[in-house]
Amino acid sequence: MRNSDRKIKYSQAVNEAVSQCMESDPAVFIIGEGVPDPKGIFGTTLGLKEKFGSARVMDMPVSENGVTGIMIGAALAGMRPVMTHQRMDFMLYAMDQLLNNAAKWKYMFGGRSVPLVIRTIIGRGWGQGAQHSQNFQALFAHIPGLKVVMPATAYDAKGLLVSSIEDDGPVIFIEHRWLHDTVDYVPEEIYRVPLGKCGRPRSGDALTIISHSYMTIEALKAAGILEKEGIFADLIDLRTVKPLDLASIFRSVKRTGRLLVLDDDWKTGGVAAEIIASVAENGRLKLKKPPARITLPDVPTPTSPALSKFYYPGTKEIISKAAELLGLNNGKKLKLLSRIPANILQDVPDRSFTGPF
Amino acid sequence: MTDKERLDLYARTLRVRKIEEAIADLYPGQEMRCPVHLSIGQEVTAVAVCSNLKKSDYVFSNHRCHGHYLAKGGDLKRMLAEIYGKAAGCTGGFGGSMHLVDEAAGFMGAVPIVAGTIPIAVGAAFKFKMRKEKRVSVAFFGDAAVEEGVFHEAANFAALHKLPVLFVCENNLYAVYTPLRERQPEQQICGLARAHGIPSSQLHEGDLFDLSGKLRGAVAHVRSGKGPAFVEIFTYRWREHCGPGYDNNIGYRTCEEFESWKSRDPLERTAAILRKAGVLDAETEQRLEKKIAAEIGEAVKFSKAAPFPTRKDYDKRAYA
Repeated sequence: MRNSDRKIKYSQAVNEAVSQCMESDPAVFIIGEGVPDPKGIFGTTLGLKEKFGSARVMDMPVSENGVTGIMIGAALAGMRPVMTHQRMDFMLYAMDQLLNNAAKWKYMFGGRSVPLVIRTIIGRGWGQGAQHSQNFQALFAHIPGLKVVMPATAYDAKGLLVSSIEDDGPVIFIEHRWLHDTVDYVPEEIYRVPLGKCGRPRSGDALTIISHSYMTIEALKAAGILEKEGIFADLIDLRTVKPLDLASIFRSVKRTGRLLVLDDDWKTGGVAAEIIASVAENGRLKLKKPPARITLPDVPTPTSPALSKFYYPGTKEIISKAAELLGLNNGKKLKLLSRIPANILQDVPDRSFTGPF
Repeated sequence: MTDKERLDLYARTLRVRKIEEAIADLYPGQEMRCPVHLSIGQEVTAVAVCSNLKKSDYVFSNHRCHGHYLAKGGDLKRMLAEIYGKAAGCTGGFGGSMHLVDEAAGFMGAVPIVAGTIPIAVGAAFKFKMRKEKRVSVAFFGDAAVEEGVFHEAANFAALHKLPVLFVCENNLYAVYTPLRERQPEQQICGLARAHGIPSSQLHEGDLFDLSGKLRGAVAHVRSGKGPAFVEIFTYRWREHCGPGYDNNIGYRTCEEFESWKSRDPLERTAAILRKAGVLDAETEQRLEKKIAAEIGEAVKFSKAAPFPTRKDYDKRAYA
């Protein structure tokens, strides 16, 4: 389904969402390390300073914890800050303010909430190593009071960011660096994609594949290959990992009876674990095979390209696991795997698959 | 300092410059598949500090760590192999350029999280004091690190316990592309340390020997057990924040500013002093460059030929 005839990049969609929210609400402003700099956070903030001035589009001292607290205070007092981190690893300094104040204020006092959006960027590849490529969605999803949004497409990025900025509580809005250059059909006017509702980029009855953010791109690649062999997967793109759209997940699993969950995060205590546990708890869902998950191994990110190929799961791992769940014989599985384009590097984005999806 | 010592110190600085330039030349080949933050323009700071340290002293560093690592005596082959992602690298290919380490040389680790190693350096100094060891722990960090709360918490603790730690703030005026004036009010960074009760001084990069001499007192103060010291050194990064090229074209700093720093190249000024003193003639210069080039060539060859780490290397690595 095409939402518009206009194709733009994910980074432009993010930019446009912020811009249109700033136009419609003078309480919205954006702050972050590098926000007005010449690279503009991978293009997502380019032009905003020229349009809205430096009082609403601003850089900040390298003081993540303090400035997060200050933004919480501004939000409590009536502003709607959009705080931006170029890398999620750097925002760990701000955990105290986010977990103890932003997430709990409404609960503690029963009154004002904290309409704060934290835009934060995750990624993979190019030797970023242990402190430059961590995905902490599960950490934030664990905290009552926080919502966690992870758009996969440019269309969703714009609609979900508008919803996040308009939401009255704190939202962790996670962008993936490898998605910033992908394109999608995106309407020019402001629109919303609701938080807590998943998307369904492909429908089918063979198995349910649940993903979010960048892993949705890998899921789409895998689904395309499966389709060539007449296997139609039901793809669920979570869009938000907190709250989870369990109703849609249950509906799909009930129909397919086979569940594969993808999560670009460590295995233990992750979003995939939560989904599988929720399905297991639901007594009305009868699975034909034990549920499966594809995650990062429980080790920190390696730097060497020789190790990143084991570390980052992709189309191959999805196809293999899907074949297992479907009970395909080895010949059929190999035939599917042979359809994966050769020479795909694991540490740089695949330029041959950039959407629209 | 004798002429020989001065020449040796110069050669160590020239070596850092040449190694960084070699990385910049090789990087476009895409075999070094990790981010690199080159210290070209800032080499003198690293060598001047480390020229006052002993092998048993500790150095902790940040993302722009190549110069610190090399100046403290870190192994070149293992550094380049690391950047090439090889098992022979100083962390076995797990860290890359931003996570160098060579414990045998007293270079205890570098991490890219801003101010991340400042409390770690203070903790090592805490151990030195508890065990009554006459050693010095050094934290290298940039001008943005003093904007982090953890710097102030660590500085307070170090001052309170009179710990043998030297805080070295390399003020290169930018956090990525954001200038100092957009991040801090008009102040002296070393004044922040003074407010924590730490003796502090503001130094200009100048030439190597001048800077090394000025740092001698600070290191001696720290080693004597009188407590921490803080130095703010003005310096300038020539290349782009991250990567092998230049980024003056993107507009966050002016070409005039860049040229004015480049024309005062501390390495070149150091060479000029030695030339004037008759210690560095064309022949010596050529000999030094040839020796460094040969060492780099060998290290690159070693790194390219070295095997990659394998999957079994990482499975249990995260736990003691």
